[in-house]
Amino acid sequence: MKYQFDFSFLWDPENDYALDLLHGAWLTLQLSAVAIAGGFILGTLLAIARTGSIGWARRIVVVYVEIIRNTPLLVQTFWLFFGLAGAGYKITAFSAAVIAMSLNVAAYSSEIIRAGIESVRKGQIEAADSLGLSRASVLFDVILPPAIERVMPALISQYVLLMLATSIMAQISVEELMAAASRITSETFRGFEIFIVVAGIYIVMSVLVRLVLRGIGWLAFPRRRRLGTSL
Amino acid sequence: MHITFNQIVFLLQGTLWTIALALIGFVGGGVIGMGIALMRVSRSVVVRWIAAVYVQIVQGIPLPVLMFLSYFGLAITGVQVPAVVAAGVSMTIFAAAFLGEIWRGSIQAVPKTQWEAADSLGLTRFQMMVDVILPQAVRLSIPPTVGFMVQIVKNTSYAVVIGFTELTQSGKIVNNVIFQPFVVFTIVGAIYFCLCSPLANASRRLDLRLRSRGA
Repeated sequence: MKYQFDFSFLWDPENDYALDLLHGAWLTLQLSAVAIAGGFILGTLLAIARTGSIGWARRIVVVYVEIIRNTPLLVQTFWLFFGLAGAGYKITAFSAAVIAMSLNVAAYSSEIIRAGIESVRKGQIEAADSLGLSRASVLFDVILPPAIERVMPALISQYVLLMLATSIMAQISVEELMAAASRITSETFRGFEIFIVVAGIYIVMSVLVRLVLRGIGWLAFPRRRRLGTSL
Repeated sequence: MHITFNQIVFLLQGTLWTIALALIGFVGGGVIGMGIALMRVSRSVVVRWIAAVYVQIVQGIPLPVLMFLSYFGLAITGVQVPAVVAAGVSMTIFAAAFLGEIWRGSIQAVPKTQWEAADSLGLTRFQMMVDVILPQAVRLSIPPTVGFMVQIVKNTSYAVVIGFTELTQSGKIVNNVIFQPFVVFTIVGAIYFCLCSPLANASRRLDLRLRSRGA
């Protein structure tokens, strides 16, 4: 086998392929950011319901998490995107992707955050109760901060996986990095080289996303910052 | 249009391909992943480093990109390989990285005193691994390994990007004919659930049993 690698498409002056890839990567990051934010908020709510005292709410969350975790993200996305379109609701591919990914990652987040909530000592909650704090205050000031602080590393890993999973959204024609790569492949027939470049971009982005999320955690949890360790 | 009997059969054929691809990924990934895990606990820094780089790279690339890389990469050798080969290679590369990390964790979770005891008995490194460490590590590794099989089954769906007709792709094809996305993808999702849920439950039960034995 003699294969000539040809990366010249990257600096082809007539088609700004390099720029197209960067645009795609930027959209991937946007998609990830919105889905991570949505998934974190929804996941926290699900975790609260899952550890709460309302029986039917707990059961709904259990069933929801089981369904999401035992079916592929791609099938969930098709179900939502093609399903809504078939039912006559107009929804852009970008919104469908964001909703599908948020719903998906919320289930995983809720299980992680639940573990954090269950790790908060009972004495802490009793102390807060005896100080006369309201239930909301106990939840948001006493239980959630240390819970999320403890499970942050696990959440970050989950969100890096989510960023990588955005690559499948090209399947519903979201113009992210993979979609750009596929289009350039069909124009240049340099599939192998293009996907080597794309793989490199994803590796850089996964490092980037991890660093940014760690930075957010560093800002959000002063105790961790000062002591260099979680609780 | 309603879904016909033949279309259901078509979906079940796709299911068989999904199972086949998952098995290829698990067996191939298991063999290479074992090597990765052993390299990760090697005494040689270089060997440890090579395995760590492999894991970092594979875990930083989305599986669909791996699928394309295998697809185009195998094609440049001059032979046009069927999609199932490219998909199988990708699943193997992917599963090896994750299983390698899971098993490294299991090996390192074997108490240090066991390593020291083996050492003080004058066992060679090979004897120590095969007779003392690995048997205990295998026990610890079973629950997370079964849990990861759920990920393998679900991730075979990414083979649609190279046009491999597994379950999800079959669903897409059927939907293109009958335009009943909620019906088709609910059935497809239910089939995945039936494949994954028993694995997830087994993993949970095995984990509980391991913990209750105080391992």
